Amino acid sequence: MDWQAFFLTLRLSAVTTAILVALAIPLAALLVLGRSRWLAIVQALTALPLVLPPTVLGFFLLVLLGPRTAVGRGIVAVLGHPLAFSFAGLVVGSVLYSLPFAVQPLVAGFSAVDPALIDAARLLGARPPRVVFSLLVPLARPALLAAAVLSFLHTVGEFGVVLMLGGDIPGATRTLSIALYDQVENFNYAAANRTAGILLALSVAALVAIYLSGWSRGGRRA
Amino acid sequence: MPDSGLELRIDTRRGSFHLQLDCTLRAEWTVIFGPSGAGKSTLLRLIAGLDPADVAIVAHNSKALTDTTNRLYLDPGRRHIGMVAQHPALFPHLNVQHNVGYGLTGSAFQRHPMASIERVQDMLALVGAEHLAARMPRDLSGGEAQRVALARALAPMPRLLLLDEPFSALDGAASDALLDRLRTWTRANRVQTIMATHDAADALAIGAEVLLLREGRLVALGPAAQVLAAERERLRARL
Repeated sequence: MDWQAFFLTLRLSAVTTAILVALAIPLAALLVLGRSRWLAIVQALTALPLVLPPTVLGFFLLVLLGPRTAVGRGIVAVLGHPLAFSFAGLVVGSVLYSLPFAVQPLVAGFSAVDPALIDAARLLGARPPRVVFSLLVPLARPALLAAAVLSFLHTVGEFGVVLMLGGDIPGATRTLSIALYDQVENFNYAAANRTAGILLALSVAALVAIYLSGWSRGGRRA
Repeated sequence: MPDSGLELRIDTRRGSFHLQLDCTLRAEWTVIFGPSGAGKSTLLRLIAGLDPADVAIVAHNSKALTDTTNRLYLDPGRRHIGMVAQHPALFPHLNVQHNVGYGLTGSAFQRHPMASIERVQDMLALVGAEHLAARMPRDLSGGEAQRVALARALAPMPRLLLLDEPFSALDGAASDALLDRLRTWTRANRVQTIMATHDAADALAIGAEVLLLREGRLVALGPAAQVLAAERERLRARL
């Protein structure tokens, strides 16, 4: 069992989830509360990683963050090293790749809040940030949990973007999915079984947590 | 008495519905009377700034709230308007006290938190709901929820109060008693009030100025006894 890959995967997923939740709350609120027609473009860009092959996203990021572009050179100037083939680079790729898995549940959750409540809050002087954090977030807690769990799981199971952008560097960019690929490539099926089992257990546990939280709320309502 | 009242110059469409109005409401209390679909709620939402208008000038006591010609649109929270609709829309995750105190965020209340608590208690007492302070909205009856929604709208001391059939869940006697107390309060605090109703008996009982609205057009504006003479005869004939 590659424990280094296991803990790296957990760290990557935790950091990515934290960033995604912080990004997705204002983004989803903007999509739900905003009235500009330009928001359709924001919505499309947010959903793009759902249909884009992960390797394509990984390739674009590899080029963008590498030394051939101004952005990449700027990052090297600031950080002293390129983002590609580093843990930080993986975080950037994971955040972009899992963005729809954080935003879409929140858009659905925020949209389900009764508009009359939002009107009441606005009339009582609440500015958009207060509407979001005093109403939408508390009333859409199940959606927030779903967004966090889905982002976490999606990052845990990520392969194409990680391989393209991070390569396979033990302790820096080798996640469980990459370790599994290596183990299968080396015909080490016993280790591959354990790695796959852990990935499966993580997914099942997280999904059970989501459904349990929904079930307990239903029980309280009844 | 209000200074120059509520000036309304509105011409706006919602699908096939066309609301067209040009008048100034100066009375302390104005009842907007009309059948369902006449545009009462649409008009109140435009005044509150909750919905955009195609062409509109809305000004209260000479202060412009909406002026589409000058692209002026004051945010609903900065209009000093309190609004209570038929659906109380209480925040379900906050208890009654926190619902009523939601709009008390001014610097005075932040400096003196006790002032906020006192205001909430005063408003709950005004609507006869002081015993409900710790309850959650899901534990309230329809009438109790409407009382709390009224207290919440009054707590920030609005300059203009919009009521859209706000006591529909209260029985006749309770509704009349609450209306009496509310009228005394709005008079004492110089709060101009616009109340929409489709119940002619309500409009006549209040005896306020009546704006008769039909299919989005102003049909008449004047004293209740005059504007609703036909409705009064109809009610009398039914009795």
